[in-house]
Amino acid sequence: MLASAPITTLRKQLAAREIQPRDIVLDVAKAIESRNSEIGAYLSWDLDSALAEADRADISLPLGGIPVAVKDNMNVMGQPCTCGSKILSENYRAPYDAGAIQRMRAGGAVPFGRLNMDEFAMGSSTENSALGITRNPRDLSRVPGGSSGGSAAAVAGGLAVAALGSDTGGSIRQPAALCGCVGIKPTYGRVSRYGLVAFASSLDQIGPVTRTVADSALLLNHLCRHDPHDSTSLKVETPDFTAALGGDIKGLRIGLPKEYYISGIHEGVSASVQAAIRQLESLGAIIEEISLPHTELGVATYYVLAPAEASANLARFDGVRYGRRSASASDLMEHYTQSRAEGLGSEVKRRILLGTYVLSSGYYDAYYIRAQKARTLIRNDFTDAFKKVDVIVSPTSPMPAHKLGELKDNPLAAYLEDVFTIPVNLAGLPGISVPCGEAAVDGVSLPVGLQIVGKPLDESTILQVAHAFEQSR
Amino acid sequence: MPAAHQIDINHVARLARLTLTEDEAARYAAQIDGILSYIDTLTRYDLGSVEPTAHAMPVYDVIRADEARPGLAQEQALSNAPKRSADQFQIPKVIE
Repeated sequence: MLASAPITTLRKQLAAREIQPRDIVLDVAKAIESRNSEIGAYLSWDLDSALAEADRADISLPLGGIPVAVKDNMNVMGQPCTCGSKILSENYRAPYDAGAIQRMRAGGAVPFGRLNMDEFAMGSSTENSALGITRNPRDLSRVPGGSSGGSAAAVAGGLAVAALGSDTGGSIRQPAALCGCVGIKPTYGRVSRYGLVAFASSLDQIGPVTRTVADSALLLNHLCRHDPHDSTSLKVETPDFTAALGGDIKGLRIGLPKEYYISGIHEGVSASVQAAIRQLESLGAIIEEISLPHTELGVATYYVLAPAEASANLARFDGVRYGRRSASASDLMEHYTQSRAEGLGSEVKRRILLGTYVLSSGYYDAYYIRAQKARTLIRNDFTDAFKKVDVIVSPTSPMPAHKLGELKDNPLAAYLEDVFTIPVNLAGLPGISVPCGEAAVDGVSLPVGLQIVGKPLDESTILQVAHAFEQSR
Repeated sequence: MPAAHQIDINHVARLARLTLTEDEAARYAAQIDGILSYIDTLTRYDLGSVEPTAHAMPVYDVIRADEARPGLAQEQALSNAPKRSADQFQIPKVIE
């Protein structure tokens, strides 16, 4: 099965001329056709254009001929970009390629297929998509996580070789953990956000979801590049992330935040993560307890800043230049309010309202500025911790995948599941989730992810640790 | 900050350019009130002298040479317009 092989294996087969790029695309299409009706990872796929591109692919390039599935919030010229929303699902076609897609194409990859997501990336179960349910390939009665649930379900289910996701508060790492694959959020500014439909601009970052750590490193080699179209894109060198893999981790200092290892973590998750820590220790790493004293501020800070930024970013969906336009409006104000009311789903409305409130006159200082100050404390916590350790390790999510519908009427409970991933976005740090074990729930064995967080721009070290751990299992 | 938030949901909805049904207004007001109570965690810390952070990786004064460069052509920019007329976006009448 080519669709479920690692990129590194496919590259060898391509180089040896055992297979052609179109064979991989056709195998992925076959997997989609046979299993997408039950998993629901893809919203759409254009086989003809992918085959045409595969036939033109230059296999001498590092990603030459490799199909990469794309979360439905990144513009790929001529293709839909629904963001899981009815406001964009009717007739939008991307008029240009996102920066990350340009980078993928420059490496020889073939964008193929559009992946389901929580509407505008707001959610952590993909249940907020207005366009369909995505199921966890391990147990179809459970969620795949989110918001990049389609990306993780496609890779874990053998429906994609690799995928791109976006991560604002854990949206790559958490679904990767819940589905049992590798997901990395690079340092803020590493990957261009040009053409990524903005949710919270100071937190959003694109990254890969893959079967192996080596595949993630390979994709990052091409994704990370300065882009003049994104004013927050960093002008820094891109290291060869693949070269970082394979080194031993003897003497590497790993920090365990004491605030993270408290109550509220599922016992199966806790046991897997503890075993993983012992494994890292047996590989020569030095385990140290550290403190991130403002951890409890993370979720509260995020749920001020992210909705505030979202309420401004989503103002662009006004039914004028693209997207749904209400047929019943009689004047301009109704044109705005009705188009948005008809096109946006309930979680998106909830966050726009919350964000509008915290930015409104009389509340701006009490909420928005206060949250920006709390963000400073959270960032300083990490700066101080990284004076003592090289990486910080925790569970990616405190819980394994829950049942579809389980948290439907309790948005706050769902928000609290992001407790370990959110601070990483607030501080702009790189973080990876790598499979580290299984948790038994109701007689089903569910994947558990280990999160490894690094210093700014030090993706190489977290990839190295993740790779050493993966190879030792 | 007051303990009970009593958010004027219809005022906020107007600012956000959203029409809400009565049911939606009641539901969102209650849910947002619950979320704001949680967000009040932030008031437990003295943040008076702390500098706010807008971006974790600050980049300042990003400028480029003032030279013409390709952008979206008119046809591309209009390609997703729900309604267009004479190569422009068309909106409901705003003046009598």
